[in-house]
Amino acid sequence: MSTMNVDAKLSLNKFYVNEEYAHIVLNRNAETESSEFRKLMLACPAGLYKQDDKGRILFDYAGCLECGTCRILCGKTILEKWEFPQGTFGIEYRWG
Amino acid sequence: MSIMKIERKRGEGMSNEGFDVIVVGAGVAGNVAAYLLGREGLQVLLIERGNYPGSKNMTGGRIYSHSLEKIMPDFAKEAPIERKITREKVFMMTEKSSIGLDFQSSLLGTHGSDSYSVLRGVFDQWLAEKAEEVGVEIVTGICVDDLIIRQGKVCGVIAGIDQIESGVTILADGINSLLAQKAGLRKEFKPSHVAVGVKELIELPAELIQERFQCNENEGTACMFAGFPSDGRIGGGFLYTNKESISLGVVCTLSDLIKGQKALPQLMEDFKTHPTVAPLIKEGKLVEYSGHLVPEGGVEMMPKIIGDGVLVVGDAAGFCVNLGYAVRGMDFAIASGECAARAVSKAYQGGGYSEGDLQVYRDYLEESFVLHDMKLYRNFPKFLETTPRVFSDYPKLLEGIMTDMFVMNGQPTQALVKTIMKHINKVGVLKITRDAWKGVRSV
Repeated sequence: MSTMNVDAKLSLNKFYVNEEYAHIVLNRNAETESSEFRKLMLACPAGLYKQDDKGRILFDYAGCLECGTCRILCGKTILEKWEFPQGTFGIEYRWG
Repeated sequence: MSIMKIERKRGEGMSNEGFDVIVVGAGVAGNVAAYLLGREGLQVLLIERGNYPGSKNMTGGRIYSHSLEKIMPDFAKEAPIERKITREKVFMMTEKSSIGLDFQSSLLGTHGSDSYSVLRGVFDQWLAEKAEEVGVEIVTGICVDDLIIRQGKVCGVIAGIDQIESGVTILADGINSLLAQKAGLRKEFKPSHVAVGVKELIELPAELIQERFQCNENEGTACMFAGFPSDGRIGGGFLYTNKESISLGVVCTLSDLIKGQKALPQLMEDFKTHPTVAPLIKEGKLVEYSGHLVPEGGVEMMPKIIGDGVLVVGDAAGFCVNLGYAVRGMDFAIASGECAARAVSKAYQGGGYSEGDLQVYRDYLEESFVLHDMKLYRNFPKFLETTPRVFSDYPKLLEGIMTDMFVMNGQPTQALVKTIMKHINKVGVLKITRDAWKGVRSV
Protein backbone atom coordinates (compact mmCIF):
# COMPACT_ATOMS: atom_id res chain seq x y z
CA MET A 1 0.00 0.00 0.00
CA SER A 2 1.47 3.31 -0.96
CA THR A 3 1.59 6.08 1.58
CA MET A 4 -0.72 8.88 0.77
CA ASN A 5 -0.78 12.52 1.60
CA VAL A 6 -4.10 14.03 0.66
CA ASP A 7 -2.93 17.48 1.76
CA ALA A 8 -0.31 17.42 -0.98
CA LYS A 9 -3.03 16.61 -3.49
CA LEU A 10 -5.28 19.39 -2.20
CA SER A 11 -2.42 21.85 -2.49
CA LEU A 12 -2.69 21.51 -6.27
CA ASN A 13 -6.23 22.89 -6.17
CA LYS A 14 -7.21 26.50 -6.38
CA PHE A 15 -8.87 27.65 -3.16
CA TYR A 16 -10.00 31.09 -2.05
CA VAL A 17 -10.12 30.50 1.67
CA ASN A 18 -12.26 32.84 3.70
CA GLU A 19 -10.04 33.21 6.74
CA GLU A 20 -12.69 35.27 8.51
CA TYR A 21 -15.54 32.82 8.33
CA ALA A 22 -15.81 29.07 8.79
CA HIS A 23 -18.60 27.60 6.68
CA ILE A 24 -18.49 24.26 8.54
CA VAL A 25 -18.33 24.13 12.33
CA LEU A 26 -18.26 21.07 14.58
CA ASN A 27 -20.28 21.10 17.75
CA ARG A 28 -19.22 20.02 21.24
CA ASN A 29 -20.36 16.44 20.75
CA ALA A 30 -17.67 15.93 18.12
CA GLU A 31 -15.13 15.31 20.88
CA THR A 32 -17.14 12.55 22.50
CA GLU A 33 -19.13 11.00 19.67
CA SER A 34 -16.19 9.10 18.25
CA SER A 35 -18.32 6.79 16.12
CA GLU A 36 -19.79 9.79 14.36
CA PHE A 37 -16.41 11.43 13.88
CA ARG A 38 -15.04 8.17 12.51
CA LYS A 39 -17.64 8.25 9.72
CA LEU A 40 -16.21 11.55 8.56
CA MET A 41 -12.63 10.31 8.80
CA LEU A 42 -13.62 7.52 6.42
CA ALA A 43 -15.83 9.44 4.01
CA CYS A 44 -14.51 13.00 3.62
CA PRO A 45 -12.85 12.97 0.20
CA ALA A 46 -10.47 15.71 1.30
CA GLY A 47 -9.50 13.89 4.50
CA LEU A 48 -10.19 16.99 6.56
CA TYR A 49 -11.42 15.13 9.63
CA LYS A 50 -8.40 13.77 11.47
CA GLN A 51 -7.16 12.55 14.81
CA ASP A 52 -3.72 13.27 16.20
CA ASP A 53 -1.49 10.75 18.00
CA LYS A 54 -3.30 11.35 21.25
CA GLY A 55 -6.70 10.78 19.70
CA ARG A 56 -7.69 14.45 19.73
CA ILE A 57 -9.86 15.46 16.82
CA LEU A 58 -8.69 17.90 14.18
CA PHE A 59 -10.67 19.67 11.50
CA ASP A 60 -9.86 22.49 9.11
CA TYR A 61 -12.39 23.75 6.58
CA ALA A 62 -9.67 25.28 4.39
CA GLY A 63 -9.33 22.32 2.00
CA CYS A 64 -13.07 21.70 1.73
CA LEU A 65 -14.36 20.51 -1.64
CA GLU A 66 -17.92 21.51 -0.65
CA CYS A 67 -19.31 18.09 -1.49
CA GLY A 68 -21.71 17.81 1.47
CA THR A 69 -20.65 14.34 2.64
CA CYS A 70 -20.26 15.47 6.27
CA ARG A 71 -23.60 17.23 6.15
CA ILE A 72 -25.44 14.09 4.99
CA LEU A 73 -23.65 11.82 7.46
CA CYS A 74 -23.41 13.99 10.57
CA GLY A 75 -25.40 17.16 9.90
CA LYS A 76 -27.71 16.33 12.82
CA THR A 77 -25.13 14.86 15.19
CA ILE A 78 -21.73 16.52 15.41
CA LEU A 79 -21.99 19.46 13.01
CA GLU A 80 -22.95 22.82 14.43
CA LYS A 81 -23.50 24.11 10.92
CA TRP A 82 -22.86 23.40 7.27
CA GLU A 83 -23.19 26.20 4.77
CA PHE A 84 -21.74 26.96 1.39
CA PRO A 85 -18.79 29.32 1.62
CA GLN A 86 -19.81 32.89 0.92
CA GLY A 87 -19.87 33.90 -2.74
CA THR A 88 -16.47 33.83 -4.55
CA PHE A 89 -14.87 31.83 -1.70
CA GLY A 90 -13.93 28.18 -1.47
CA ILE A 91 -12.85 25.65 -4.06
CA GLU A 92 -12.50 26.78 -7.66
CA TYR A 93 -12.28 23.92 -10.11
CA ARG A 94 -10.22 24.83 -13.13
CA TRP A 95 -11.16 21.58 -14.85
CA GLY A 96 -13.78 19.87 -12.68
CA MET B 1 -21.27 42.28 -10.65
CA SER B 2 -23.58 42.51 -7.67
CA ILE B 3 -27.27 41.83 -7.81
CA MET B 4 -27.96 45.48 -7.06
CA LYS B 5 -26.13 46.50 -10.20
CA ILE B 6 -28.21 44.06 -12.18
CA GLU B 7 -31.33 45.62 -10.73
CA ARG B 8 -30.22 49.08 -11.76
CA LYS B 9 -29.28 47.92 -15.22
CA ARG B 10 -32.72 46.46 -15.66
CA GLY B 11 -34.37 49.54 -14.21
CA GLU B 12 -33.65 51.49 -17.36
CA GLY B 13 -36.72 51.08 -19.52
CA MET B 14 -37.96 47.89 -17.94
CA SER B 15 -40.46 47.22 -15.24
CA ASN B 16 -38.77 47.19 -11.88
CA GLU B 17 -40.68 44.25 -10.53
CA GLY B 18 -37.79 41.85 -10.85
CA PHE B 19 -37.29 39.04 -13.28
CA ASP B 20 -39.70 36.63 -14.85
CA VAL B 21 -37.38 33.81 -13.85
CA ILE B 22 -34.47 33.40 -11.47
CA VAL B 23 -32.35 30.30 -11.93
CA VAL B 24 -30.06 29.40 -9.03
CA GLY B 25 -26.96 27.50 -10.10
CA ALA B 26 -25.12 27.53 -13.42
CA GLY B 27 -24.57 23.81 -13.88
CA VAL B 28 -25.89 22.06 -16.95
CA ALA B 29 -29.53 21.97 -15.74
CA GLY B 30 -29.59 25.63 -14.74
CA ASN B 31 -27.81 26.81 -17.86
CA VAL B 32 -30.13 24.90 -20.17
CA ALA B 33 -33.28 26.13 -18.41
CA ALA B 34 -31.99 29.71 -18.52
CA TYR B 35 -30.92 29.41 -22.15
CA LEU B 36 -34.30 28.10 -23.33
CA LEU B 37 -36.27 30.73 -21.41
CA GLY B 38 -33.94 33.52 -22.54
CA ARG B 39 -34.44 32.37 -26.11
CA GLU B 40 -38.19 32.66 -25.61
CA GLY B 41 -37.73 36.28 -24.64
CA LEU B 42 -38.34 35.98 -20.89
CA GLN B 43 -36.32 38.12 -18.48
CA VAL B 44 -34.00 35.58 -16.87
CA LEU B 45 -31.42 35.99 -14.12
CA LEU B 46 -28.97 33.14 -13.56
CA ILE B 47 -27.09 33.27 -10.25
CA GLU B 48 -23.92 31.27 -9.64
CA ARG B 49 -22.03 31.21 -6.34
CA GLY B 50 -18.69 30.34 -7.92
CA ASN B 51 -16.49 32.86 -9.69
CA TYR B 52 -17.53 31.45 -13.04
CA PRO B 53 -20.07 28.88 -14.20
CA GLY B 54 -18.60 25.44 -13.62
CA SER B 55 -16.13 26.52 -10.97
CA LYS B 56 -17.98 24.52 -8.29
CA ASN B 57 -18.95 21.66 -10.56
CA MET B 58 -17.40 18.30 -11.09
CA THR B 59 -18.25 15.18 -13.05
CA GLY B 60 -16.73 11.73 -13.22
CA GLY B 61 -16.42 12.40 -16.74
CA ARG B 62 -18.96 11.64 -19.44
CA ILE B 63 -21.99 13.30 -20.98
CA TYR B 64 -24.45 11.33 -23.12
CA SER B 65 -25.16 13.82 -25.86
CA HIS B 66 -28.78 13.07 -26.79
CA SER B 67 -30.59 15.53 -24.53
CA LEU B 68 -28.35 18.52 -25.30
CA GLU B 69 -28.24 17.53 -28.97
CA LYS B 70 -32.00 18.00 -29.07
CA ILE B 71 -31.65 21.56 -27.77
CA MET B 72 -28.42 22.58 -29.51
CA PRO B 73 -27.93 20.41 -32.60
CA ASP B 74 -24.29 19.64 -33.36
CA PHE B 75 -23.17 21.17 -30.06
CA ALA B 76 -20.17 18.85 -29.89
CA LYS B 77 -18.60 20.56 -32.92
CA GLU B 78 -18.43 23.81 -31.04
CA ALA B 79 -18.46 22.96 -27.34
CA PRO B 80 -15.26 22.26 -25.39
CA ILE B 81 -15.77 18.51 -25.18
CA GLU B 82 -12.75 16.29 -24.56
CA ARG B 83 -13.03 13.00 -26.49
CA LYS B 84 -15.83 11.06 -28.12
CA ILE B 85 -16.18 7.76 -26.25
CA THR B 86 -15.92 4.89 -28.73
CA ARG B 87 -14.76 2.20 -26.37
CA GLU B 88 -16.38 0.87 -23.21
CA LYS B 89 -14.63 -1.31 -20.69
CA VAL B 90 -16.11 -2.88 -17.59
CA PHE B 91 -13.93 -4.70 -15.07
CA MET B 92 -14.35 -6.87 -12.03
CA MET B 93 -11.31 -6.16 -9.92
CA THR B 94 -9.55 -7.78 -6.99
CA GLU B 95 -6.37 -6.63 -5.29
CA LYS B 96 -4.21 -8.55 -7.75
CA SER B 97 -6.39 -9.04 -10.83
CA SER B 98 -8.92 -7.54 -13.16
CA ILE B 99 -11.29 -9.35 -15.47
CA GLY B 100 -12.78 -7.18 -18.16
CA LEU B 101 -15.26 -6.76 -20.91
CA ASP B 102 -14.14 -4.64 -23.82
CA PHE B 103 -16.66 -3.17 -26.25
CA GLN B 104 -15.24 -1.15 -29.11
CA SER B 105 -17.68 -0.15 -31.80
CA SER B 106 -18.45 2.53 -34.33
CA LEU B 107 -22.03 2.14 -33.08
CA LEU B 108 -20.93 3.97 -29.94
CA GLY B 109 -20.12 7.12 -31.85
CA THR B 110 -23.30 7.48 -33.89
CA HIS B 111 -24.44 11.06 -34.11
CA GLY B 112 -27.24 11.75 -31.64
CA SER B 113 -26.45 8.76 -29.43
CA ASP B 114 -22.78 9.50 -28.89
CA SER B 115 -21.13 10.40 -25.61
CA TYR B 116 -18.19 12.59 -24.69
CA SER B 117 -15.75 12.98 -21.86
CA VAL B 118 -16.01 16.50 -20.47
CA LEU B 119 -14.54 18.73 -17.77
CA ARG B 120 -17.19 20.86 -16.15
CA GLY B 121 -15.05 23.83 -15.20
CA VAL B 122 -14.62 24.35 -18.92
CA PHE B 123 -17.86 22.96 -20.35
CA ASP B 124 -20.27 24.87 -18.12
CA GLN B 125 -18.62 28.19 -18.99
CA TRP B 126 -19.33 27.52 -22.63
CA LEU B 127 -22.95 26.59 -21.91
CA ALA B 128 -23.39 29.79 -19.86
CA GLU B 129 -22.06 31.82 -22.80
CA LYS B 130 -24.84 30.33 -24.90
CA ALA B 131 -27.37 31.49 -22.30
CA GLU B 132 -25.80 34.94 -22.21
CA GLU B 133 -26.03 35.19 -26.00
CA VAL B 134 -29.81 34.88 -25.83
CA GLY B 135 -30.12 37.61 -23.22
CA VAL B 136 -29.84 35.78 -19.91
CA GLU B 137 -28.30 37.96 -17.18
CA ILE B 138 -25.64 35.99 -15.33
CA VAL B 139 -24.20 37.00 -11.99
CA THR B 140 -21.34 35.03 -10.48
CA GLY B 141 -19.75 35.04 -7.04
CA ILE B 142 -23.14 35.46 -5.37
CA CYS B 143 -24.40 32.76 -3.04
CA VAL B 144 -28.17 32.72 -2.66
CA ASP B 145 -28.82 32.32 1.08
CA ASP B 146 -32.56 32.06 1.14
CA LEU B 147 -35.81 32.43 -0.74
CA ILE B 148 -38.41 35.15 -0.48
CA ILE B 149 -41.52 33.23 0.53
CA ARG B 150 -44.92 34.91 0.93
CA GLN B 151 -47.98 32.88 1.88
CA GLY B 152 -46.18 29.75 0.82
CA LYS B 153 -45.23 31.12 -2.58
CA VAL B 154 -41.61 31.53 -3.63
CA CYS B 155 -41.30 35.12 -4.89
CA GLY B 156 -37.56 35.48 -5.40
CA VAL B 157 -34.21 35.07 -3.72
CA ILE B 158 -32.18 36.59 -0.89
CA ALA B 159 -28.41 36.96 -1.10
CA GLY B 160 -26.81 38.81 1.80
CA ILE B 161 -28.69 42.08 2.13
CA ASP B 162 -30.03 41.93 -1.42
CA GLN B 163 -33.50 40.70 -2.25
CA ILE B 164 -34.58 40.15 -5.78
CA GLU B 165 -38.06 39.24 -6.96
CA SER B 166 -39.10 36.82 -9.65
CA GLY B 167 -42.27 35.29 -11.01
CA VAL B 168 -40.80 31.83 -10.71
CA THR B 169 -37.55 30.43 -9.29
CA ILE B 170 -35.78 27.37 -10.67
CA LEU B 171 -33.56 25.61 -8.15
CA ALA B 172 -30.58 24.15 -9.98
CA ASP B 173 -28.31 24.43 -6.98
CA GLY B 174 -27.00 20.90 -6.94
CA ILE B 175 -27.32 17.87 -4.74
CA ASN B 176 -26.92 19.86 -1.52
CA SER B 177 -29.82 22.13 -2.50
CA LEU B 178 -30.23 23.97 0.77
CA LEU B 179 -32.84 26.09 -1.00
CA ALA B 180 -35.12 23.14 -1.78
CA GLN B 181 -35.02 22.42 1.95
CA LYS B 182 -35.84 26.03 2.78
CA ALA B 183 -38.75 25.88 0.35
CA GLY B 184 -39.99 22.84 2.29
CA LEU B 185 -39.70 20.64 -0.79
CA ARG B 186 -37.34 18.09 0.63
CA LYS B 187 -35.78 16.59 3.71
CA GLU B 188 -32.19 15.53 4.03
CA PHE B 189 -31.09 12.77 1.67
CA LYS B 190 -30.26 9.46 3.34
CA PRO B 191 -26.69 8.13 3.35
CA SER B 192 -27.94 5.04 1.50
CA HIS B 193 -29.23 7.24 -1.33
CA VAL B 194 -26.08 9.21 -1.84
CA ALA B 195 -22.61 8.27 -3.02
CA VAL B 196 -19.43 10.28 -2.69
CA GLY B 197 -16.99 10.46 -5.54
CA VAL B 198 -13.38 11.50 -5.55
CA LYS B 199 -11.44 12.18 -8.72
CA GLU B 200 -7.91 12.91 -9.78
CA LEU B 201 -7.25 14.70 -13.01
CA ILE B 202 -3.99 13.37 -14.37
CA GLU B 203 -2.26 15.11 -17.25
CA LEU B 204 -0.75 13.04 -20.05
CA PRO B 205 0.21 13.97 -23.61
CA ALA B 206 -2.54 13.26 -26.17
CA GLU B 207 -0.35 10.87 -28.20
CA LEU B 208 0.41 8.82 -25.11
CA ILE B 209 -3.29 8.53 -24.30
CA GLN B 210 -4.01 7.42 -27.86
CA GLU B 211 -1.29 4.77 -27.65
CA ARG B 212 -2.24 3.45 -24.23
CA PHE B 213 -5.94 3.29 -24.98
CA GLN B 214 -5.53 2.35 -28.63
CA CYS B 215 -7.76 5.07 -29.92
CA ASN B 216 -7.80 7.68 -32.65
CA GLU B 217 -7.24 11.36 -32.07
CA ASN B 218 -10.33 12.90 -30.43
CA GLU B 219 -11.68 9.47 -29.51
CA GLY B 220 -11.42 7.78 -26.16
CA THR B 221 -12.37 5.15 -23.64
CA ALA B 222 -14.63 4.87 -20.61
CA CYS B 223 -13.74 2.25 -17.98
CA MET B 224 -15.73 1.13 -14.96
CA PHE B 225 -14.32 -1.07 -12.20
CA ALA B 226 -16.22 -3.06 -9.56
CA GLY B 227 -14.74 -4.69 -6.47
CA PHE B 228 -11.30 -3.57 -5.36
CA PRO B 229 -11.69 0.22 -5.86
CA SER B 230 -14.37 0.39 -3.17
CA ASP B 231 -12.70 -2.33 -1.06
CA GLY B 232 -15.52 -4.75 -1.80
CA ARG B 233 -18.24 -2.33 -0.74
CA ILE B 234 -20.98 -0.68 -2.80
CA GLY B 235 -19.26 1.55 -5.27
CA GLY B 236 -16.62 1.38 -7.94
CA GLY B 237 -13.84 2.99 -9.84
CA PHE B 238 -13.97 4.92 -13.10
CA LEU B 239 -11.60 6.15 -15.75
CA TYR B 240 -12.34 8.48 -18.64
CA THR B 241 -9.86 9.67 -21.22
CA ASN B 242 -9.83 13.41 -21.90
CA LYS B 243 -7.85 15.18 -24.61
CA GLU B 244 -4.69 15.59 -22.60
CA SER B 245 -5.63 14.10 -19.27
CA ILE B 246 -7.27 11.17 -17.56
CA SER B 247 -10.14 11.43 -15.10
CA LEU B 248 -9.62 8.68 -12.56
CA GLY B 249 -11.82 8.23 -9.55
CA VAL B 250 -13.64 6.17 -6.95
CA VAL B 251 -17.30 6.39 -5.95
CA CYS B 252 -18.78 4.82 -2.79
CA THR B 253 -22.26 4.78 -1.33
CA LEU B 254 -22.07 6.71 1.94
CA SER B 255 -23.98 4.23 4.10
CA ASP B 256 -21.59 1.44 3.12
CA LEU B 257 -18.36 3.44 3.03
CA ILE B 258 -18.69 4.23 6.73
CA LYS B 259 -18.88 0.52 7.59
CA GLY B 260 -15.48 -0.13 6.05
CA GLN B 261 -11.92 0.19 7.25
CA LYS B 262 -10.34 2.29 4.53
CA ALA B 263 -10.84 6.02 4.13
CA LEU B 264 -11.94 7.29 0.72
CA PRO B 265 -8.68 9.13 -0.06
CA GLN B 266 -6.83 5.89 0.67
CA LEU B 267 -9.16 3.91 -1.61
CA MET B 268 -8.33 6.40 -4.34
CA GLU B 269 -4.61 6.01 -3.76
CA ASP B 270 -4.77 2.20 -3.73
CA PHE B 271 -6.83 2.22 -6.94
CA LYS B 272 -4.11 4.31 -8.61
CA THR B 273 -1.46 1.78 -7.73
CA HIS B 274 -3.44 -1.27 -8.88
CA PRO B 275 -1.48 -3.23 -11.53
CA THR B 276 -4.22 -2.60 -14.11
CA VAL B 277 -4.38 1.14 -13.48
CA ALA B 278 -0.78 2.11 -12.69
CA PRO B 279 0.60 1.59 -16.24
CA LEU B 280 -2.26 3.64 -17.70
CA ILE B 281 -1.37 6.73 -15.69
CA LYS B 282 2.39 6.22 -15.54
CA GLU B 283 4.34 9.48 -15.84
CA GLY B 284 1.10 11.38 -15.56
CA LYS B 285 0.97 14.55 -13.53
CA LEU B 286 -1.80 15.13 -11.00
CA VAL B 287 -3.24 18.60 -11.58
CA GLU B 288 -6.54 18.64 -9.71
CA TYR B 289 -8.19 16.69 -6.90
CA SER B 290 -11.95 16.93 -6.67
CA GLY B 291 -14.89 15.50 -4.78
CA HIS B 292 -18.64 15.49 -5.20
CA LEU B 293 -21.83 13.73 -4.12
CA VAL B 294 -23.92 11.66 -6.51
CA PRO B 295 -27.67 11.10 -6.07
CA GLU B 296 -28.07 7.36 -6.53
CA GLY B 297 -31.31 6.54 -4.74
CA GLY B 298 -33.49 6.81 -7.85
CA VAL B 299 -37.18 7.72 -7.52
CA GLU B 300 -37.08 6.66 -3.86
CA MET B 301 -35.07 9.77 -3.02
CA MET B 302 -36.88 12.19 -5.31
CA PRO B 303 -38.06 15.25 -3.43
CA LYS B 304 -41.11 17.31 -4.25
CA ILE B 305 -40.03 19.04 -7.45
CA ILE B 306 -42.86 21.54 -7.86
CA GLY B 307 -44.04 24.20 -5.44
CA ASP B 308 -45.79 27.53 -5.60
CA GLY B 309 -43.49 29.66 -7.76
CA VAL B 310 -40.66 27.13 -7.71
CA LEU B 311 -39.26 24.14 -9.62
CA VAL B 312 -36.35 21.83 -8.82
CA VAL B 313 -34.07 20.43 -11.55
CA GLY B 314 -30.92 18.32 -12.00
CA ASP B 315 -28.98 16.91 -9.05
CA ALA B 316 -31.10 19.02 -6.68
CA ALA B 317 -34.04 16.82 -7.73
CA GLY B 318 -31.99 13.63 -7.50
CA PHE B 319 -32.10 12.98 -11.25
CA CYS B 320 -29.41 10.41 -11.88
CA VAL B 321 -29.11 6.74 -12.73
CA ASN B 322 -26.05 4.67 -11.94
CA LEU B 323 -26.13 1.19 -13.40
CA GLY B 324 -22.52 0.37 -12.74
CA TYR B 325 -21.67 0.07 -16.42
CA ALA B 326 -23.21 3.44 -17.25
CA VAL B 327 -23.57 6.50 -15.06
CA ARG B 328 -26.05 9.09 -16.24
CA GLY B 329 -26.50 12.43 -14.57
CA MET B 330 -25.86 15.24 -17.00
CA ASP B 331 -28.25 14.01 -19.69
CA PHE B 332 -30.97 13.79 -17.02
CA ALA B 333 -30.07 17.24 -15.69
CA ILE B 334 -30.26 18.78 -19.16
CA ALA B 335 -33.59 17.13 -19.98
CA SER B 336 -35.02 18.23 -16.63
CA GLY B 337 -33.83 21.78 -17.34
CA GLU B 338 -35.62 21.60 -20.66
CA CYS B 339 -38.84 20.26 -19.12
CA ALA B 340 -38.73 23.02 -16.48
CA ALA B 341 -38.21 25.68 -19.15
CA ARG B 342 -41.16 24.38 -21.17
CA ALA B 343 -43.34 24.34 -18.06
CA VAL B 344 -42.35 27.88 -17.09
CA SER B 345 -42.90 29.09 -20.64
CA LYS B 346 -46.40 27.59 -20.64
CA ALA B 347 -47.20 29.02 -17.22
CA TYR B 348 -45.88 32.41 -18.38
CA GLN B 349 -48.32 32.40 -21.26
CA GLY B 350 -51.08 31.30 -18.91
CA GLY B 351 -50.28 34.20 -16.61
CA GLY B 352 -49.42 32.47 -13.34
CA TYR B 353 -46.83 30.34 -11.57
CA SER B 354 -48.92 28.64 -8.93
CA GLU B 355 -48.14 25.05 -8.01
CA GLY B 356 -51.07 24.02 -10.19
CA ASP B 357 -49.86 26.08 -13.15
CA LEU B 358 -46.45 24.43 -12.90
CA GLN B 359 -47.72 20.83 -12.73
CA VAL B 360 -46.98 20.45 -16.44
CA TYR B 361 -43.31 20.15 -15.42
CA ARG B 362 -44.06 16.68 -14.07
CA ASP B 363 -46.09 15.80 -17.18
CA TYR B 364 -43.15 16.75 -19.40
CA LEU B 365 -40.78 14.71 -17.24
CA GLU B 366 -43.16 11.75 -17.44
CA GLU B 367 -43.29 12.01 -21.22
CA SER B 368 -39.51 12.23 -21.52
CA PHE B 369 -36.99 9.55 -20.61
CA VAL B 370 -36.28 11.24 -17.27
CA LEU B 371 -39.03 9.82 -15.10
CA HIS B 372 -39.49 6.79 -17.31
CA ASP B 373 -35.90 5.67 -16.76
CA MET B 374 -35.85 6.71 -13.11
CA LYS B 375 -38.86 4.44 -12.59
CA LEU B 376 -37.56 1.63 -14.78
CA TYR B 377 -34.41 1.33 -12.68
CA ARG B 378 -36.14 1.99 -9.37
CA ASN B 379 -35.16 -1.38 -7.91
CA PHE B 380 -31.53 -1.27 -8.97
CA PRO B 381 -30.17 0.78 -6.03
CA LYS B 382 -31.94 -1.64 -3.67
CA PHE B 383 -30.49 -4.60 -5.55
CA LEU B 384 -26.95 -3.34 -5.00
CA GLU B 385 -27.67 -2.49 -1.39
CA THR B 386 -28.93 -5.99 -0.69
CA THR B 387 -26.42 -7.84 -2.86
CA PRO B 388 -22.98 -6.91 -1.57
CA ARG B 389 -21.57 -10.04 -3.25
CA VAL B 390 -21.41 -8.09 -6.53
CA PHE B 391 -18.52 -6.10 -5.09
CA SER B 392 -16.81 -8.74 -2.98
CA ASP B 393 -17.45 -12.44 -3.73
CA TYR B 394 -18.00 -12.21 -7.48
CA PRO B 395 -14.75 -10.48 -8.42
CA LYS B 396 -12.92 -13.13 -6.34
CA LEU B 397 -14.93 -15.93 -7.92
CA LEU B 398 -13.98 -14.77 -11.41
CA GLU B 399 -10.35 -14.32 -10.36
CA GLY B 400 -10.34 -17.92 -9.12
CA ILE B 401 -11.73 -19.33 -12.35
CA MET B 402 -9.41 -17.24 -14.52
CA THR B 403 -6.39 -18.19 -12.46
CA ASP B 404 -7.16 -21.89 -12.82
CA MET B 405 -7.68 -21.43 -16.54
CA PHE B 406 -4.62 -19.37 -17.37
CA VAL B 407 -1.99 -20.22 -14.77
CA MET B 408 -0.05 -23.36 -15.75
CA ASN B 409 2.28 -24.72 -13.12
CA GLY B 410 2.78 -28.33 -14.19
CA GLN B 411 0.26 -29.71 -11.70
CA PRO B 412 -2.37 -32.02 -13.22
CA THR B 413 -5.30 -29.84 -14.28
CA GLN B 414 -8.99 -30.50 -13.81
CA ALA B 415 -11.74 -30.39 -16.42
CA LEU B 416 -12.92 -26.84 -16.97
CA VAL B 417 -16.44 -27.51 -15.76
CA LYS B 418 -15.08 -28.98 -12.52
CA THR B 419 -12.83 -25.95 -12.06
CA ILE B 420 -15.66 -23.52 -12.58
CA MET B 421 -18.02 -25.44 -10.29
CA LYS B 422 -15.39 -25.53 -7.57
CA HIS B 423 -15.34 -21.74 -7.49
CA ILE B 424 -19.09 -21.35 -7.90
CA ASN B 425 -19.72 -23.70 -5.00
CA LYS B 426 -17.64 -21.47 -2.74
CA VAL B 427 -20.34 -18.82 -3.05
CA GLY B 428 -23.24 -21.20 -3.63
CA VAL B 429 -25.18 -21.98 -6.80
CA LEU B 430 -28.46 -20.90 -5.26
CA LYS B 431 -27.14 -17.55 -4.14
CA ILE B 432 -25.65 -16.85 -7.53
CA THR B 433 -28.82 -17.82 -9.37
CA ARG B 434 -30.92 -15.71 -7.05
CA ASP B 435 -28.60 -12.70 -7.38
CA ALA B 436 -28.51 -13.01 -11.16
CA TRP B 437 -32.30 -13.19 -11.31
CA LYS B 438 -32.67 -10.22 -8.95
CA GLY B 439 -30.08 -8.26 -10.90
CA VAL B 440 -31.57 -8.90 -14.30
CA ARG B 441 -35.04 -7.98 -13.08
CA SER B 442 -33.83 -4.71 -11.56
CA VAL B 443 -32.51 -3.38 -14.85
